[in-house]
Amino acid sequence: MARYSSPAIRRYSRRLGGCLTLYLILVFAMGWLFRHNPPPAPWNVLLAILPALPVLGVVWTVMRLLVEESDEFWRMLFVRQALIATGFCLTVMTIWDFLQNYDVVAPGQHGFGAAFFWFMGLGVGAVWNAITLWRAEKAADRA
Amino acid sequence: MNNRLRVLRAERGWSQQDLAQHLEVSRQSVNAIETGRYDPSLPLAFRIADLFGLPIEAIFLRD
Repeated sequence: MARYSSPAIRRYSRRLGGCLTLYLILVFAMGWLFRHNPPPAPWNVLLAILPALPVLGVVWTVMRLLVEESDEFWRMLFVRQALIATGFCLTVMTIWDFLQNYDVVAPGQHGFGAAFFWFMGLGVGAVWNAITLWRAEKAADRA
Repeated sequence: MNNRLRVLRAERGWSQQDLAQHLEVSRQSVNAIETGRYDPSLPLAFRIADLFGLPIEAIFLRD
């Protein structure tokens, strides 16, 4: 993708880095805790939710980027990327649900939740945006 | 939507980057508008019109 940076993107990068670091720390810490010293109820519920919070933080980070980005063309690209991610995630999860409903695949998510497919969808959206920018550059070269 | 942005920019000897700096947008935005792949918002269209001292309809043309 063409090089572009803005204050909003730099804030997004910092927030994303913070969320991912926190996620790694919490997922390993809770994994160790639940394997070696499983906490009693209701603490087990609260502690099990902890690694989900940085994942929600990533979603919040993406939404803040959409609000804070001042370049309207790039904001349009980011919005489209998030919509592609949402569509991709809903498509995969809906198909997976029906495959499970009819016992075609084993029940359970096997570690791949909705957030995982939404993040994959962001990747698909990023490729789509890169193609859009590449085609615009080619069109400018031809003009 | 068609536009005359590329011609107006060339008349002033500006690069896409120069125009982007005047408008305080990215170069990719200028490129996308010039090539008709992105239609700017009304506020940005007014900024472009003000920069060139022309009415919007003299820059952006109906298909």
